[in-house]
Amino acid sequence: MTGENKQQNSGLLGWLLFVVGFTGALFVGWVIFPQLLFSTQYQPINYNHVIHQEEAGMSCEDCHYFRDDGTYAGKPKLAACAECHEEPQGETESEAMLVSEYVEPKKEIPWVSYSRQPDNVFFSHAAHVKMAEMECTDCHGDVGQQTEAPPVKINRLTGYPNKIMKMYVCEDCHAREHVSNSCNVCHK
Amino acid sequence: MSGNKSSGVRYGMVIDIDKCTGCTACSVACQQENNVPFREDETNKVRSITWMEIYQLDNGMPYPEYRQAYLPRLCLHCGASPYPPCTFVCPVNATHRDEDTGLVNHIPVRCIGCRYCISACSYHARYFNWWDPKWPKPMEEMLTPNVSPRMRGVVEKCTMCVHRLQLAKDRAFMEGRSELEEGEYVPACVESCPAKAMTFGNLLDPDSEVARLAKSSLAFRLLEKLGTEPKVYYLSSQDWIHKLADKVM
Repeated sequence: MTGENKQQNSGLLGWLLFVVGFTGALFVGWVIFPQLLFSTQYQPINYNHVIHQEEAGMSCEDCHYFRDDGTYAGKPKLAACAECHEEPQGETESEAMLVSEYVEPKKEIPWVSYSRQPDNVFFSHAAHVKMAEMECTDCHGDVGQQTEAPPVKINRLTGYPNKIMKMYVCEDCHAREHVSNSCNVCHK
Repeated sequence: MSGNKSSGVRYGMVIDIDKCTGCTACSVACQQENNVPFREDETNKVRSITWMEIYQLDNGMPYPEYRQAYLPRLCLHCGASPYPPCTFVCPVNATHRDEDTGLVNHIPVRCIGCRYCISACSYHARYFNWWDPKWPKPMEEMLTPNVSPRMRGVVEKCTMCVHRLQLAKDRAFMEGRSELEEGEYVPACVESCPAKAMTFGNLLDPDSEVARLAKSSLAFRLLEKLGTEPKVYYLSSQDWIHKLADKVM
């Protein structure tokens, strides 16, 4: 009797150790490791896309536009913000900060990029938006519906954001759409 | 250009040796445009990097028969079928020919620095980075943003300023065109040549200047007997240059 009990006990103990070890490993892999690997950076100003569209009646192209030579302006410079925000227009804390810390001292806002590609990547917005007629949201998500600027997770080892488009995503789509996957189409 | 999959575009160059004065403006423009690093001692030609190098030729005769000429040498972007010699030997696929343009490209971040391609190239057109690139302080500000500098331990070579093709295409896309017109995409060396000795364009376009010159009876290519089918042609009216050009390779 006692021998059988002992065997049962050691079996239970084995299971217990396995479950504890397994959940522990998952916890380390899913919770602790990502926190170690990625640092969280907040935007200098909690930018609200919705308020600019709905209350100021702006369109996306007012800030994010193509230059005539086909290059893409990306994020606007301070001068574009200062056109309207010479004085605070509303009463939000973010706007007061924009005026006092950036517009008045004429200091560029150090926005953190959500999708900065490495130096040797040449990405053409013109090719994708003008020629392939893709929507901005296909890659960037529905940024226009954001009421606040989400934090950016930056990989501590590489220095790149976690949501950056990976090369296999580019290659997959190019292959599907029968576009050249030659190195020098996207690399410089 | 036999054997290449035809896309209707094969970029190539014609260099008129009779017009070349050996001023090296192309070489300087190339170095500047492509962020090619230099070292204090550039006399060591085994270690220096010169995507566009200029050879001095002379006919070896005493005065008054003495003649000299200059041979600008760059990557000839071989059109050999199915592969140019360099891409054929690369173990990691870091170099390959873009069959839409005929340009042979090299991706430094994929390169493992084995230098097999350097030995395979019959034209000494490839260079190895023995050191990390360094520029004197104010020159760092002058680097071309459209070309990524290379690191120590990788091979690099002339890209025919492919970044200029990327930018030219962007401009065309803004106008809704997918085809480029002649002269919209020109490498820095061709643009800088004060003697207008260099012509660049689509060899497959029968109306292009470069195609017309390449068919000229004065045209020749380097080491044609190897079957590498270079896409850079040279023009000269002098026989000794035709004969000597192969020997200096």
